[in-house]
Amino acid sequence: MTPRYLELVCPAGTPAALRAAIEAGADTVYCGFADATNARNYPGLNFDRDDMKEGIAFAHRHGRHVLVAINTFPRAGETAIWHRAVDDAAALGADAVILADIGVLDYASRRHPDLRLHLSVQAAASNPISLAFYRERFGIRRAVLPRVLTVPEIAHMVATMGVEAEVFAFGSLGTMTEGRCILSSYMTGRSPSSDGVCAPAEHVRFDEEGEEMVIRLGGITMNRFPRNQAAAYPTPCKARLVTRGVPSYLFDEPVGLNVIDILPSLKEAGVTALKIEGRQRSRAYVTQVVRAFRAELDALDRGAPSPGIDLSGLVEGGKETFGAYKKGWR
Amino acid sequence: MKITLGPLMHHWSRERRRDFYARIADEAPVDCVHLGEVVCSKRAPFGDPDLPALSARLQEAGKEVVFSTLAFVSSQREIDDVLHRCDEGFLVEANDVSCINAIAGRPYVVGPMVNVFNEDSLTYVARLGAIRVAPPPEVSHAGLAVFARAAPLVDIEATVFGRQTLSVAARCYHARSRGLHRDNCQIVCEQDPDGLPVSTLDGQPIVAVNGTQTMSHGYVAALADLAPLARLGIRRVRLSPQDLDMIAIATLYRDTIDGRLDPAEALARLRGLTGAVPYVNGYARAREGMAWVGEPA
Repeated sequence: MTPRYLELVCPAGTPAALRAAIEAGADTVYCGFADATNARNYPGLNFDRDDMKEGIAFAHRHGRHVLVAINTFPRAGETAIWHRAVDDAAALGADAVILADIGVLDYASRRHPDLRLHLSVQAAASNPISLAFYRERFGIRRAVLPRVLTVPEIAHMVATMGVEAEVFAFGSLGTMTEGRCILSSYMTGRSPSSDGVCAPAEHVRFDEEGEEMVIRLGGITMNRFPRNQAAAYPTPCKARLVTRGVPSYLFDEPVGLNVIDILPSLKEAGVTALKIEGRQRSRAYVTQVVRAFRAELDALDRGAPSPGIDLSGLVEGGKETFGAYKKGWR
Repeated sequence: MKITLGPLMHHWSRERRRDFYARIADEAPVDCVHLGEVVCSKRAPFGDPDLPALSARLQEAGKEVVFSTLAFVSSQREIDDVLHRCDEGFLVEANDVSCINAIAGRPYVVGPMVNVFNEDSLTYVARLGAIRVAPPPEVSHAGLAVFARAAPLVDIEATVFGRQTLSVAARCYHARSRGLHRDNCQIVCEQDPDGLPVSTLDGQPIVAVNGTQTMSHGYVAALADLAPLARLGIRRVRLSPQDLDMIAIATLYRDTIDGRLDPAEALARLRGLTGAVPYVNGYARAREGMAWVGEPA
């Protein structure tokens, strides 16, 4: 496989973050409408139709692309909201839409045959056989691969799946298979799948109990730690839990993904695009991470040594991981 | 209303599985029984050697047998195995999209781990041959009613008893809880026939680990919902096997459906069979899954 240009796909939770990402060197920005149609449906985030129109125009003026994430699963009886999001994204000139739901994919491929479709990580297509379903039936052109594959497995996927591969490069890392985890709604009633939120802020509580801070989600204790220590956000897969009398981070430690040290192997594997997670993050965060990845990718293209930019201060828990990309994670 | 005994989610020893299904064949008032490993390919690396004998025995007892696939069907060998089951005449339950692509055009069942959340997805999988769909736990009973109206020829199967799968992962938490990796897991999941209990730091039981899956700690116990579900057009209900007297439990459901037993009385008797595990029905009411709406049970 001939190494090629790696496209840098960056998050924009707000129009300001979109402009910041593009100014910092993003090739492509992804964003969503301000409702449950996207998987980062948090208060104060996302784009109304006018914002989206301006954001797309801004990106196109700079020769960059905008992907609109419509990557949640409509509840029964609510599909019209998702259809409208697809229609509007197409009308506003989005370069592609990122979809997960079979019904929404079917709608988009029939109504907008010229619209480029990307398969969201929420569809959890982790092998060439499931990808074939989406490629053959809906004509997807790219798939965002679940964060459960090793680099050799990604290389095998790329060689056989017949569409472009986009992989996660930096940011928060859920441990469960994306689109197949409802722990959040078990405790709060709202989940990533249909509400676009995991551990919604209105269900999170910080209680001081003696010398301890207790962090609860939907009234369920997710962690306890000394009051002066920084708290990780209580997504259920980062909870400290007890099995056989022993407390542990049963699912995963609070760590953040950073692939800077394995960029060459991802490029060798034939990956088309690198995705930075974090539409819920600030403009300053987006600028810093995008700038670092731009510098690293430019160096990689030139065959120059890595600038070795340290992003450890920006990752969750201050600890970096290669996640599933390295064997042994499972 | 027909009763399905869903696939065994937990890992039981071979002897125990054989005894369980023999008794189900002889004694359980269920119409349909699912066989096949759903959670982890390592539990039965060469397939279940007892499958032919168990399925024959169940069929002789007049039960329909459905073959459930893994939640991750990831290799061509696994797909070939599924196609082989189709050729043998089994109805197959797809628990992964990859499997749907392989068996499209034949009649099949869609299991609760495939994200069919709405009527558009439902009618799409029905166009590819799905004759029965057991929607994911998050679909409320109001949602099931939408499903039943949107695809009247498809049987919508509501799960009315047992633990609900809350997450699927590549990592094995059973192995991790023992300081092991999935690659050398020593099949430690077999030690917990009803799942590994997981509590919060405050001692509240919250979920049960089942290999790569996380299940609800609470059992769905929708005895009071059986008649309302029937009125919504639901013709089938599913019981998920737990480490309990499933024959007695199936009998409670059968008697309630047939009007021989009052739902409140059935729920009180169920409590006697399940011990102190909390009951849940939140998802059915579009609330948090762990909620119980109704009289304390």
